[in-house]
Amino acid sequence: MKAPLSWLREYVDLPAVTAHEIADRLTAAGLKLESVTSYGYDVKNVVVGEVLAIEELQGFKKPIRHCQVEVGEAAPREIVCGATNFAVGDRVPVVLPGGVLPGGFEVGARKTYGRMSEGMICSERELGLSDEHAGIMVLAEGTPIGADVVELLGLRDDVIEMEITPDIGYALSIRGVAREAATAFDSAFLDPADVSPPAEAGPSYPASIADPTACDRFVLREVHGFDPSARSPLWMRTRLTRAGVRPVSLAVDVTNYVMLETGQPLHAFDAAKLTGEIVVRRAEPGETLETLDHVVRKLDPEDILITDGSGAISMAGTMGGLHTEISDLSTDIVIEAAHFSASGIARESRRHNLVSEASKRFERGVDRELPLYASWRAAQLLAELGGGTIQPGVTHAEVEVEPVRISIPSGHPGRVAGVGYDRETVIRHLEQVGCTVVAGAVAPADELAAKLAVTGDDMLTVTPPSWRPDLTDPNDLAEEVIRLEGYENLPSILPPAPAGAGLSESQRLRRRVGRALAASGYVEVLAYPFVGERDFDNLQLPADDARRRAVRLANPLSEDEPLMRTTLLPGLLKTLVRNVGRGFGDVALFETGLVYRPSQDAPATAPVLGVDRRPTEEELASIEAALPAQPLRVGAVLAGEFERSGWWGKGRAGTWADAVEAARTVAREAGVTLDVRADRHEPWHPGRCAALYAGDVLVGHAGELHPRVIEAYGLPARTSAMELELSRLESPSAGPVAAPAISAYPVATQDVALIVDAATPVAEVEAALREGAGDLLESVRLFDVYTGAQAGEGRKSLAYSLRFRAPDRTLTAEEASAARDAAVALAGERTGAQLRGV
Amino acid sequence: MSNYDPVEVTPLHADEMASMQADALDAITAARDLDELKQVRLAHAGDRSPIALANREIGALPPAARAEAGKRIGGARKAVADALARRQAELEAERDERVLVEETVDVTLPADRAPRGARHPLTTLQERVADAFVAMGYEVAEGPELEGEWFNFDALNISPDHPARSEHDTFFVESVESGKVLRTQTSPVQIRALLSRRLPVYVISPGKVFRTDELDATHTPVFHQVEGLAIDEGLTMAHLKGTLDRFAEVMFGEGITTRFRPNYFPFTEPSAEMDLKCFVCRGASAVPGNPPCRTCKSEGWIEWGGCGMVNPRVLIACGVDPGRYSGFAFGMGIERTLMFRHNVEDMRDMVEGDVRFTLPFGMEI
Repeated sequence: MKAPLSWLREYVDLPAVTAHEIADRLTAAGLKLESVTSYGYDVKNVVVGEVLAIEELQGFKKPIRHCQVEVGEAAPREIVCGATNFAVGDRVPVVLPGGVLPGGFEVGARKTYGRMSEGMICSERELGLSDEHAGIMVLAEGTPIGADVVELLGLRDDVIEMEITPDIGYALSIRGVAREAATAFDSAFLDPADVSPPAEAGPSYPASIADPTACDRFVLREVHGFDPSARSPLWMRTRLTRAGVRPVSLAVDVTNYVMLETGQPLHAFDAAKLTGEIVVRRAEPGETLETLDHVVRKLDPEDILITDGSGAISMAGTMGGLHTEISDLSTDIVIEAAHFSASGIARESRRHNLVSEASKRFERGVDRELPLYASWRAAQLLAELGGGTIQPGVTHAEVEVEPVRISIPSGHPGRVAGVGYDRETVIRHLEQVGCTVVAGAVAPADELAAKLAVTGDDMLTVTPPSWRPDLTDPNDLAEEVIRLEGYENLPSILPPAPAGAGLSESQRLRRRVGRALAASGYVEVLAYPFVGERDFDNLQLPADDARRRAVRLANPLSEDEPLMRTTLLPGLLKTLVRNVGRGFGDVALFETGLVYRPSQDAPATAPVLGVDRRPTEEELASIEAALPAQPLRVGAVLAGEFERSGWWGKGRAGTWADAVEAARTVAREAGVTLDVRADRHEPWHPGRCAALYAGDVLVGHAGELHPRVIEAYGLPARTSAMELELSRLESPSAGPVAAPAISAYPVATQDVALIVDAATPVAEVEAALREGAGDLLESVRLFDVYTGAQAGEGRKSLAYSLRFRAPDRTLTAEEASAARDAAVALAGERTGAQLRGV
Repeated sequence: MSNYDPVEVTPLHADEMASMQADALDAITAARDLDELKQVRLAHAGDRSPIALANREIGALPPAARAEAGKRIGGARKAVADALARRQAELEAERDERVLVEETVDVTLPADRAPRGARHPLTTLQERVADAFVAMGYEVAEGPELEGEWFNFDALNISPDHPARSEHDTFFVESVESGKVLRTQTSPVQIRALLSRRLPVYVISPGKVFRTDELDATHTPVFHQVEGLAIDEGLTMAHLKGTLDRFAEVMFGEGITTRFRPNYFPFTEPSAEMDLKCFVCRGASAVPGNPPCRTCKSEGWIEWGGCGMVNPRVLIACGVDPGRYSGFAFGMGIERTLMFRHNVEDMRDMVEGDVRFTLPFGMEI
């Protein structure tokens, strides 16, 4: 809402303070300052002149005039002008040499088109009054020559732009802002709607309300004999322009002006184009209307319409129809001022994706008492400025509406605020808002009101004013009192909360995982969770892969990425490519985040439940059932060197093994030892893909990416990745770590080299060694893998270091050897491993 | 009477002893390195050294002379041992000096062999916020990001026709009537907390939210909020203000100036906005004539987040008796907080995952 201060001051007696001071008070009242725009303060030396003579210069591509202009100085000024819409004797605004126009544009005397030009004759736009620039401005006859144009035309003004919250529709008007300003400064307020129309003498154009849920007041007035060529006066066009509304024609400008001033949206019909009675009703199936913007709209049976004998003529409170529109031939005008259902207009506006100044106001709540007054004010302006006559009579269709009454204890606002307000303060502020307050209580209007009701001592019954339909609950009234007392005056008290339990195990785990991966060299990213089919193709997912079953958005930002991710990898890979593209070829990234996995048999829709009570467990479960599973995952990708090259020698390229180790790092934080098994699973390299198990539960995969994936995403060669479902590692059964018993007896180390088939997984050999070695085994470490000729064709040699120790004695060489032999024997039995050289 | 050796043992003469001692000390001083000193030690303090031999003679002396001779020899041995230790220390120091100099390296060489990692500042900032509230007794509550419309809107008193609903720029799950959305705010966690926890409830809920904004310097379609909710008996707006003032101090340091002004949210009534005095211009840019400020757009204040007393209608939808319980809720943007706290000028830097942006933030923020 843009409010020119000059307009505001017409209705509130504000003290002589700056626009910023006024804006600050309004902000404190809830009308937040967006900006203050000042007009005309930089304009200097613009005066009224009279054109004494005009010489049309020849030989130029466009008409050029050399004028003699009397500006009240010793001699007339000679001025060159490109406009032709003026004649000798006209009074015009002239900026003299040394003068300044809006925007700091300085004007001097100069030679142009072969003549001297001592200044410039100005258009409205050049003076910052409107967008009018078709010709220069011609002032009224008799405007005093030499008068200061800044004063004369009121060039100077400040426009305060405020952000108006959706609850206070009344503040989308000068009337509302002025009322708030009057309260803030404790100044007198003059209601612009206080225009005393004559008593309702009889009906005007016939109209009725067919659907009382759509409209509860409908007012028509007529102005006949209107001069369609009459222009809106400059002051009106200036105010409209500065308030952000483009001037169009007098009839349209008047409806906009009255709407801005009072908050009542108005519509003007050409009476000649109406046939039969006007009826407010809902649309019929299949009905259409061509609106002012030349769009033929298919109407919904819920749409609220203004209709006449010919059918729909306007989408109520949203946009008028093209065929009954005021044109530059219209002389008889029917003004409509109505009060439509706020939710009805909101739905209509949303359904047709059509937001207008009118719909914005209706859905935020318009004063239902305004139509009679605003329509009269508009009729007056049309008659006064357009030369028409107001027809006697007014059509006034009305549906009785029970006023809202709210009972609260006088102490309620104070109890909400945490401050004691006395009864007088509470009543005073409610009355400032426009409420009537009486002692006593009334019964709640319905069941919900009964649940909201606040009872206590010294009950007050409050009837909010017609322009505050947002005041319905006890806390609404509390807010009004607290706001007018000043939020800035609330005390600041830290409440003593009960002792909490701290972070949950899973919250702690997430932090540990993040720290562990970062400490391992990975940089965290937070990629967008949007993906497209193309990502699934890039990942080489088979057609029936479960990860292709993704949630689709109805209104994605990009048509290429309408799906919600089912894996973290696309985001990680794209971020990796971006970093590589920016010159960081050695990069390791990780992300922790949700993936969205719809289940095949889930209901398509989540029910929207009532809000007047707690839903039942079944009702809540019906929502949960429709939502996709949203497990937490952690993923990591790496490319280039994982250990850097440097003066110490060559670095080490990141490989599938680092990806597996990243997964182990995560699992370690969860207290889980991963069981690693070879697997084939897209998008990984079929020979370099590890399936990761926690016990028997598959928790993820790691390894080098498939070369086709690397090509599809443009990744560096050998890019490796892992992805784990963290939700599956959050096993609460893990319990606390059992402290190991530390033996101080000496260690006995035994090294063994085992020959196995090249395809035998090392993990199986190690598992057999561990099991076979028994309790004396302290650790097993694989320190070499050899696949040369000495190992034999298709075989590999694994060199292990086994460390044995007893808790209660020094082991003898025989004991250690026996344990080693048992380990080797079991490995042999399980995997065919043979001691090397045996 | 006595049976001692009548022969006088010459080495025990005082002058002989003195000369032995002097020889030893001279040799010690003359030793040029630790090897020579080792020889000197053998020669002058070893088992076969003159002083050691002389010591053996003591037994042969008449008892009357033994005490004096013992004293004399003891003195000499101590003097030699002390000199040896001194010289040993001197020579070791010289050797160390020499050898360690030879081992000198350039300690300015880099050793950044292992890559550095870091956590995203938006993550660590959420953790810091959570920690601040956990310290006040709150617990961290969570909810799904793809949420039922009822949780995201209806239960929060945002009815289908409410203007606030269309202002939310919601991502809808296909079809629009699915009743499922990407949550536009962390506020649905309030509903989940009230439905699932025992009263009183004090929870903080950081998380990801979604709006259909195109990515630019100040907007991102995926961002983070932190939601706070306190429901107890007797909670007031003064408690809300106290809580947020404390929060602001923890986030931005003591001395931060806050402002509470009326605002509107369907799920709180009364509602307020928490503004922070601009840290850059300290409010000066709002005064006409002063230079403009990019941080606060010359408003002097920065909108930090919305808050208010939980609307009793929300309590009713969750089955909480508004006659007995009241409370407050608040929500702040994590991205905005990061921007103010760390002077991030472009939202895209937080989104793109460029390692140069994230690395300086390390493990905590």
